[in-house]
Amino acid sequence: MTMRQVVWALAAAAGSVLGAQEPAPQQPSEVAVVISGDPGTPPRYAVPDFISLTPDAAGLAKTVGQVLWDDLAFEREFYLIPRDTYATIPVARSPDQVPFAAWRELGSDAVVFGTIARTGNDVRVEVRLFNIRTRQSVFSKEYTGSANNPRLYAHTIADEIHQQQRALRGVARTKIAFSSDRNRERMVGTVENRDVKEIYIADYDGANARRITTSRQLNLTPVWSPDARAIAYTSYRRGYPDLFVALIYQGVQEEPTRGGTQNWLPMFSPDGTRIVFTSSRDGNPELYLMNRDGTGLRRLTTHPAIDTSPTWSPTGTQIAFTSDRAGTPQIYIVGADGLNLRRLTTAESYADRPTWSPAPFNEIAFAARTGPGYDIKVYDLATGATRQITFGEGSNESPTYAPNGRHLAFTSTRTGRSQIFTLGRDGRGLRQVTRDGNNNTPAWSN
Amino acid sequence: MTRHTVLVLLFASVLLAGCARRQPPVATPTPPPPAGAPPAAATPAPPPPAVRVEEALPLPPEPVAEDAIANRSLDDLNRDSPFKPVFFALDSAELDEPGRAVATANAQLLRKYPAWVITVEGHCDERGTAEYNLALGERRAVAVKTYLASLGVSPDRIRTVSYGKEFPFDPGHDEAAWTRNRRAHFVITSK
Repeated sequence: MTMRQVVWALAAAAGSVLGAQEPAPQQPSEVAVVISGDPGTPPRYAVPDFISLTPDAAGLAKTVGQVLWDDLAFEREFYLIPRDTYATIPVARSPDQVPFAAWRELGSDAVVFGTIARTGNDVRVEVRLFNIRTRQSVFSKEYTGSANNPRLYAHTIADEIHQQQRALRGVARTKIAFSSDRNRERMVGTVENRDVKEIYIADYDGANARRITTSRQLNLTPVWSPDARAIAYTSYRRGYPDLFVALIYQGVQEEPTRGGTQNWLPMFSPDGTRIVFTSSRDGNPELYLMNRDGTGLRRLTTHPAIDTSPTWSPTGTQIAFTSDRAGTPQIYIVGADGLNLRRLTTAESYADRPTWSPAPFNEIAFAARTGPGYDIKVYDLATGATRQITFGEGSNESPTYAPNGRHLAFTSTRTGRSQIFTLGRDGRGLRQVTRDGNNNTPAWSN
Repeated sequence: MTRHTVLVLLFASVLLAGCARRQPPVATPTPPPPAGAPPAAATPAPPPPAVRVEEALPLPPEPVAEDAIANRSLDDLNRDSPFKPVFFALDSAELDEPGRAVATANAQLLRKYPAWVITVEGHCDERGTAEYNLALGERRAVAVKTYLASLGVSPDRIRTVSYGKEFPFDPGHDEAAWTRNRRAHFVITSK
């Protein structure tokens, strides 16, 4: 089966699932149909502003259109026709007014038509995706909810269009956690004049940033639980690094290691039941495993050198990490049972923060010293080949994969201060996610 | 010597000096007994004149240098610390010769103030990664703690913490800044 056939089969499957969820009789024209572009080129999408059906929804309508355009552009499966070229196209007030000929003249293969109506703080969003050539609606859906975050409607629509048209798991509703000094608070009761760093989360595009710790201390290296409801992180609130797990939607804090020893860099196992982390509890930085509640502690590495920066394989059977046991920091892999240790990187002078990609990709991204600073490189586990995806613009560190494996977020100093950027795994499609303060150690949610 | 003891001794010496001053100054030594003199028991000699006791020089001022340290608040002490930092080479947690000399001087200070408890902070320059530097800073702090312990300082008085490259002392991006930022920094946490 070719890739294209897989896409078709999956799209058909997705369509039948949608049909099952909506018992209403399905119009023949509503059956999921993949819109294609001219041979050899991606389909060209137009996403104009949504139509405001109530006077107080004009701002929301513009936001949803703009964000949907950005979300659909992000995966680079479609060519998004720039919005500033739509001025000559007559505005349709209803689905039967869509000016197909004008859109076709602009070169589009697909156009989104959406409306938004507001009642108090509630909104109703309707959206259709039209195939310009057949003039048929291939995707039609209604959403209701709060007017507080109109971007969420765009993110949801984008994920569903990617799923239907490309059998692709979009990431528009995912979030990125990171450590930031943007509040510019100073440490309480310290002898030094030092900046506080707190843990923040934001949408994958940087919008809706929210602080989730308020300890006015150093808080670093957040990671998401697989269900994206908890964040484990390193905090200095005890005066030394220790692990905390914030159940961010409940406002509850778990303390699996409970103080007394120094622990940092937690990472949830893919099933969320275990945490691997670095600890100096036995005198030297080593890797340890424990259950999420802190029970079942087990030491994973035993070496007088530094062992740190662990990451899980997607199956939870192996752990990649950094060790300087050969004299410089290099990436190694060890079984989750502590056996079968092997060295991965051999051509780097310094490599750290391995991050294992999700399936279907089988690769490990890491930060490699390439000069005065670092660049992001990717090690292909199947071939053993390494490719570089950043090239000396600032220092680039701390890679983390999007849950669909197609993008990485990382820290870069290319604009001056330390900021979070996202980039395709092919090194294309750079986007800046944060702009306020210094922002570090990103983690991408499922 | 505590401040209290100093005051008591000072007061006592002032009293002593005051008593002595009641007698006129007489420096005449007691003459040696003449040869063939009759036993002292037979003819009791007059009591020898009192010897005046006096400080050779006016009392020196109370030594203040040490107490200026001991009496300062923790914040003041740490802002202008009597401890010098131990510096490290790039990617290294080993104490070199100058580093051992600084650590030895710091150990002497810890012996002088046995109540002090310190935290040795391990810091790194920005040329390491954020994650690895957390471990490298820990190694630097522990290396200093181990060396201080080998000089006889109780490990119970030394805590360690790594801040990786989170708190550079010099915000610069050159060799001079990096050199200053690769350090074990001493903080007095209680006294």
